[in-house]
Amino acid sequence: MLYNPPHPAETKILTRRFGLPNSESLDTYLANDGYKAFLKATGMTSEQIVDEVKISNLRGRGGAGFPAGMKWSFVPRQSPKPKYIVVNADESEPGTCKDRVLMENDPHQLIEGVLIAGKVIDAHRGWIYIRGEYRYLIDIMDRAIDEAYKNGYLGRNIRGTGFDFELSTHTGAGAYECGEESALLESLEGKRGIPRIRPPFPAVSGAFQCPTILNNVETFCAVPSIILHGGQKFADVGVPKAGGTRLLCLSGHINTPGVYEIPLGFPMMRAINELGGGMLGGRKLKAVVPGGSSCPILKAEECDINMDYDSMAKAKTMLGSGGMVVLDETTDMVQFALRIMRFYQHESCGWCIPCREGTLWLRKLLTRLNQGIGTSDDISMVRELAGNMLGRTFCPLGDAAAMPTISIVEKFRDEFEARLARPASSRMPAPGDLVSIA
Amino acid sequence: MSNPVNLTINGQPVQAPPGTLVIDAAKTVGIQIPAFCYYQGLSLQAACRMCLVDVEKAPKLLAACTLLVGEGMVVNTESPAVVKARKDMLEFLLSNHPLDCPVCDKGGECELQDMVFRYGAGESRFTEVKLHVDEKQWSPVVFFDAPRCILCYRCVRICDEGLGVKALGITNRGAYSEITPNMGTHLECDECGSCIDICPVGALTSGIYRYQTRPWEMEHVGTICTHCGDGCKTTLGVRNSEIIRGNNRDRSGINGEFLCIKGRYGFDFVNHQERLQSPLVRVDGKLEEASWSSALALVAAKFSSIESAGGKIGVVGSSRTTNEENFYLQKFVRQGLHSPHIDHRRSGDVAGLLDALSGKTGALAATADLYTANSLLVIGADLAQQHPFLAFQIRANWRHHQSRTYVVASGPVREDSFATRTVQAAPGTEMDALAGLADSLRAAGNLVIVFGDAVQGDAVRRLVDFGSGLGIPVKYLCLVDYSNSRGALDMGLAPDLLPGYRPAPETGMTVAQMLADKDLAALWVVGANPLEKTALASSSAFVVVQDLFLTETAQRADVIFPAASAYEKNGTVTNTCGEVQRLQKGLGVMGAKPDLDIFALLARHMRLNLGATQPDKIFEEIRASVSGYNVAPMVLATGGAALTNPVNGRVPQSAAAAIASSRDTLFTSGTLGRYSKILGNVMEAPGGLYQR
Amino acid sequence: MTFSQETEARFERLLSSYPEGRHRAALIPMLMYAQDEVGLVTQELKEEVARRCGVTPLQVDEVVGYYTMLRSKPMGKTHLQICTNISCLLRGGDKLWDQACHKLGIGHNEVTADGAVSLEEVECIGACSWAPAIQVNYDFRHNVTPDQLDKLMDQLRGAQ
Repeated sequence: MLYNPPHPAETKILTRRFGLPNSESLDTYLANDGYKAFLKATGMTSEQIVDEVKISNLRGRGGAGFPAGMKWSFVPRQSPKPKYIVVNADESEPGTCKDRVLMENDPHQLIEGVLIAGKVIDAHRGWIYIRGEYRYLIDIMDRAIDEAYKNGYLGRNIRGTGFDFELSTHTGAGAYECGEESALLESLEGKRGIPRIRPPFPAVSGAFQCPTILNNVETFCAVPSIILHGGQKFADVGVPKAGGTRLLCLSGHINTPGVYEIPLGFPMMRAINELGGGMLGGRKLKAVVPGGSSCPILKAEECDINMDYDSMAKAKTMLGSGGMVVLDETTDMVQFALRIMRFYQHESCGWCIPCREGTLWLRKLLTRLNQGIGTSDDISMVRELAGNMLGRTFCPLGDAAAMPTISIVEKFRDEFEARLARPASSRMPAPGDLVSIA
Repeated sequence: MSNPVNLTINGQPVQAPPGTLVIDAAKTVGIQIPAFCYYQGLSLQAACRMCLVDVEKAPKLLAACTLLVGEGMVVNTESPAVVKARKDMLEFLLSNHPLDCPVCDKGGECELQDMVFRYGAGESRFTEVKLHVDEKQWSPVVFFDAPRCILCYRCVRICDEGLGVKALGITNRGAYSEITPNMGTHLECDECGSCIDICPVGALTSGIYRYQTRPWEMEHVGTICTHCGDGCKTTLGVRNSEIIRGNNRDRSGINGEFLCIKGRYGFDFVNHQERLQSPLVRVDGKLEEASWSSALALVAAKFSSIESAGGKIGVVGSSRTTNEENFYLQKFVRQGLHSPHIDHRRSGDVAGLLDALSGKTGALAATADLYTANSLLVIGADLAQQHPFLAFQIRANWRHHQSRTYVVASGPVREDSFATRTVQAAPGTEMDALAGLADSLRAAGNLVIVFGDAVQGDAVRRLVDFGSGLGIPVKYLCLVDYSNSRGALDMGLAPDLLPGYRPAPETGMTVAQMLADKDLAALWVVGANPLEKTALASSSAFVVVQDLFLTETAQRADVIFPAASAYEKNGTVTNTCGEVQRLQKGLGVMGAKPDLDIFALLARHMRLNLGATQPDKIFEEIRASVSGYNVAPMVLATGGAALTNPVNGRVPQSAAAAIASSRDTLFTSGTLGRYSKILGNVMEAPGGLYQR
Repeated sequence: MTFSQETEARFERLLSSYPEGRHRAALIPMLMYAQDEVGLVTQELKEEVARRCGVTPLQVDEVVGYYTMLRSKPMGKTHLQICTNISCLLRGGDKLWDQACHKLGIGHNEVTADGAVSLEEVECIGACSWAPAIQVNYDFRHNVTPDQLDKLMDQLRGAQ
């Protein structure tokens, strides 16, 4: 089982069952408050449930941070069309591995969150869209779903409540872009993962053009606790305007990487020093990717910051998906910038010009600069081309590629300049370096 | 109607109905917002990001092609941020686009060139290696050069949404995304070339046109396609008396941008090596070249002597010659040769329809009605094969207006895919299938009924009775085969009908009767091939043929006059809906003459005075004397289509008239089609495309 | 084309889990599960899946070209995927990649001559907190050391 021993600095709500014997089983789940929230929800009106979620200040945990309660309230109640619930388990933002542990350790918590969402909008069908690489998790979820069906927690007339719900897993097949909600819906329908024109948003026209609640795994997983213990209790854990805990995926140059559950507003340096056990090899902190590779990077001196939405926005970056990557002084920032751009170039769906052409151009340019070939103007051009993508692409992928690139070039320009000054003998281009890894 | 929305674009107040896109609203006040992927009538993409505009209070630039007008919205399409965004977008676009404009077919009419000229940078900062993929040939008409492709998806959309063929898709991802044909390495499709014409750059090029010329070296002549009866305008690109291409990029005809393979590429018969270039006269059983004067003299003498001897002269007219030619020919035959025996191959019961509609007004459908009617009923016709433009109209109506289409057919047709209901009916039982549709049709509010040769004679009257019984406005469209099939009947190429459907004083022989008449003294065939499958019963008949090629009929001729094609003459033709349009002479032709000139020369040799022999003057005669043709000359002169309004009254019905469509497919066009190499080269099984 | 009972059962379950008339939704999962059995997406498989999901072979092509896990070329008996994305990069994922290329003598998306092993440099596989990570077919291996990778490759090649 993939989980960290509990850390005293953690506040364990979503992960509280982790580490229990057979934590993934229905029995363990039921023995530890399992499905109580759903049964409670069946006695509540949709408005009451949505109100609790609104009070909890739960914001989408996929990266965009949109208030979940508000998103749910956008679903038209009187629609003649069927309504659906879709779980985004296409976790692919570099640095992020939290949905994995949630599904692996406590799959029923996700199912219960889905059921409650279904109750809210009177949906009777849902899908968990799981990235193709997580095949073993599809098996785990399938087993949990089967178990839920067998014991009357899915299917017709769930536990005698009169509520019906069908749930199944749906595998992706290797595409970061499908983490974007409208691209995910296209993929769910058997098409290329190209984002849709919005509006309409999924709440109005989602899966199969029907009203749909679509949230991240972690968002759904937070719902049972919110309903069971009240939204206020969850909100009280975090900072004002953003309630509760969230899962922080710590990785990089630290001693004890892992996935930790912390309240919103947790100080970043405590995350590094306490949860992360300090810098690897006692080396110096250089920078932090705060919430997945798409977030603007923070220099060491900017890391004395609380991890909540407002504080991060003030520092011109984002909480993102909770993927916090810690970089020490040995990190080659030019190589790092290139690796990020390679990723976005590889994952660009190709739909719109600035992302399709911009990421490829930047990848080529950064490859060259990484080899020490180019001029100071080329470094400026990286900044400029990334800026030319920013805010102009069809979907957020272009921004995701541009934002870290801009921040790295601006904050670590000296490293780019230094690379160009290396002696010619050490900057032979690697053959085939420009060959696509598609 | 809900209240219009008020907004401001570049300081100008603009009013637009709710639901209008900003890019369209801007157009109404003369502000053009550049775009590649946006294409009126096709689904929205928001992919090219060229149309980004500044909207007050919006945190970032917004795509005008997906932005709906909003009350009080303040839009700026020329702000410094917008201007820079366009320039940057073009820089991105050119990064992998080959700058091979000097050898690119699209050079000179390329939207990317024009955009860069207007909005782009003068220099390139891209110094990396460009992506390259080799060019591919997908079919005899379609070539694809992936590096030039800017991925605007217009081709994919026109094929899917416009034609309903879905032959193009996209494979790979990101910068490696590539348009791909349905058969992996090649296309199996309508080969209409719409994808090529709609391509804003030189990515899709035409196998016929590529590397032939620069666009500015051609003269562009808008004329009417000579193939099916739909009457599409095709713009011929002519250089040095040679047609280099056909297209309809100015979208000025009734067909908008639509053309099928025949309209776009089927002009190549004019250059066929077997094209007749000199009169031929049979000498000792063999056809030998002769001078025009000797051949004309021979025919004149023969006709005169047969006429004075009281011999029967039968005349078969053409479904592709002009109204002027047909009008003059019937005059020649009736007044000059004093023969009542004139006919042409009839492919639809237009006369029956007019008769059944006697007393009704506004009951004949125009092409535009197929795009605007609430509902359509198609009986016994495979439109996608035989009337591709009408099929396109009906599909567009469904796409844009959610019209309902009902199909009664004996086999699968492409309209099935979106028809509200399809009723399978064995040939001959089509009329029986109608009763079950009455309630649905009535509910639609108005209706256009399109029918083929499956409905003729008494069935037409029953059909009109059925339509009248619905109690809603109903219009009718009787399908006929070729570019002037309708005009031939309007002009009186019928044994029982004078021009304008007036009864002939004496009923002559039909085509079939002429061929079967052992005593026939002479047979004069103009642009038709009646002996293709039928032998001439009269072994002694003197046969005169006017044609482009040595057809089966011409091989039986005693004298053959080489005729000019529709692309080599002026005049008018009338399409299946009864819309009259002008042919514009695209090029001259060596050796051959327009049929009208041949008639006139023959008349002079026979010392007949049959009035004016210039097309314009004859058309004036037609306007003055043929019921329904009193159309506004300006409409025709400016390249428009004028709906004729034929006789509203009883039309005599000759029971002997055989009516049968030749059931061409997309890739055949009667005898003429056999001489189009491009039609012969496509590999698709005709009619099989949508039946898989 | 027929598949194993287990796969057929999976297909049946798949096709029943989408709304009426929306069989196309099963396309991607069906291709994935079928590929697991066949090894790659062959032309025959494309046509079969197209038929079962009610789409055209072109629509299958569009999807196969888009998703990196769907392959039209055969991979090795064991498909070794090494992540070099940021979290793994910081923990030596790039070095594991070089090591594997060097030892196996193949590059990205290539197969050893004996068909035993294929290599792929993959993007983030969601194992960031346990970097560097690799996937052996669908199995995750976490905190992989060069030594472990070396042994694994010996094993895979020896298993031939």
